[in-house]
Amino acid sequence: MPQPADRKYTKEHEWVKFDGNNAVVGITEYAQSSLGDIVYVELPKPGSKVERSKPIGVVESVKAVSDIYAPVSGTVTEVNSAVEDDPAKVNVDPFGDGWLVKLTLAGAPDGDGLLEATAYDELVNSLSH
Amino acid sequence: MSPFGGFLMPIQYSSILDEHNAVRTAVGMFDLSHMGQFVAVGERVAPMLDALTANEVASMRPNQARYNIFTNSQGGAHDDVIIYRLPERWLIIVNASNTAKIWDLLTGSLPSGVTLRDRTPESALIALQGPRSQALLQPLTDVDLNSLRYYYATEGDVAGIRAEIARTGYTGEDGFELFIPAGEAPRMWQQLSAAGTAFGLRPAGLGARDVLRLEAGMPLYGHELAEDITPLAAGLDWAVKLDKPDFTGKSALLSQRQRGDYDRIVGLTMGGKAPARTGYPVWRKEERVGEIRSGSPAPALGGKNIATALVRHDAVAPGSELEVEIRGSRHPATVAKLPFYKRAR
Repeated sequence: MPQPADRKYTKEHEWVKFDGNNAVVGITEYAQSSLGDIVYVELPKPGSKVERSKPIGVVESVKAVSDIYAPVSGTVTEVNSAVEDDPAKVNVDPFGDGWLVKLTLAGAPDGDGLLEATAYDELVNSLSH
Repeated sequence: MSPFGGFLMPIQYSSILDEHNAVRTAVGMFDLSHMGQFVAVGERVAPMLDALTANEVASMRPNQARYNIFTNSQGGAHDDVIIYRLPERWLIIVNASNTAKIWDLLTGSLPSGVTLRDRTPESALIALQGPRSQALLQPLTDVDLNSLRYYYATEGDVAGIRAEIARTGYTGEDGFELFIPAGEAPRMWQQLSAAGTAFGLRPAGLGARDVLRLEAGMPLYGHELAEDITPLAAGLDWAVKLDKPDFTGKSALLSQRQRGDYDRIVGLTMGGKAPARTGYPVWRKEERVGEIRSGSPAPALGGKNIATALVRHDAVAPGSELEVEIRGSRHPATVAKLPFYKRAR
């Protein structure tokens, strides 16, 4: 399945969608499908500062605990309390209603170290064969 | 797929929650061919096994199955197993990761006249578990399943395939385990799948199996039982026969029981939403009193998080309020009676 082209990706299967100086972060379809039934999501507190490539929370399936890594540096403005209450939303719609964190960026929008949709698609295809 | 005991095993076929639900409400099918299968024949099999294990073997009746633990000299567990006494032979089913260890142990103490064979490579094991197991299996077999009691085994045909049929399992539900020639396993799997559609059958993987056994309060080797966790520490006192003639580790277990001050496995129900996982520290106020050995959400308990922990002897009373440290913060947990889940009979 092609990846949405309106955002960028990490090798750890997070996505980030820029909107001016703000960004929304979530995990990808590949991530949710590899994890299976998601039963718990732990997200950072609004106001906390996050640093690119550092863990900012966890997503847990029945069997596995996975760290979520910040794709960019910034300050958390909002977390998705709907997925904290109902983590299965991440399984159902990882690119939409299952978003995790909103940030204001520490600097200008910067795609450094992030993958375009086509490159991420290649990565996923190489993993599933 | 994950490597497991030298086999490639699915953690899940579809969804752990769906597979779990099938086993609790209908029927699930497991491929357990990774488990070690030893066949022992001879007059002196029972005394050999009795000398190496904590539970009684000699008192087993023909066709009976019994849970048992191979013990080390300190009373710890080499493995937990099910022994089946079939009319002309004994079957010893061991955990995949312990197959070589138990093989070496048995061959190292083989009495004359006893023959032992590792049939793991040529034998498969398929389990049907769940309340509709009997309804699914009965039309496919010539064995009267009503007369096959829990923890008994017999031989018969299933879907035209010769099988050892055991009423045993590791899920807390009624069910059957079918030992068949490895070459027949694909055909058996397909026939059971086809017949099972009408009964809500789903294939179930290791992930569901682990949740099911944890809810049912059954130990998993390496978690609740280990070389340094004795069957008494695991709360398996019912399977430790200290009045049996000498067996490996008996004196260590006797003195452990007399001292009474040993860490024990307890059940915990978690107050918060965060699941407890193996290795997380367990606290009582400012004292660290133990660690988590298994943990998972329990679908049978409405998704509540459950766990087992190995805790100090003075923190084991049901109802005791403890805390589990998860990524640096403390979450409330209450000591619960095991099992967490018991099927209605």
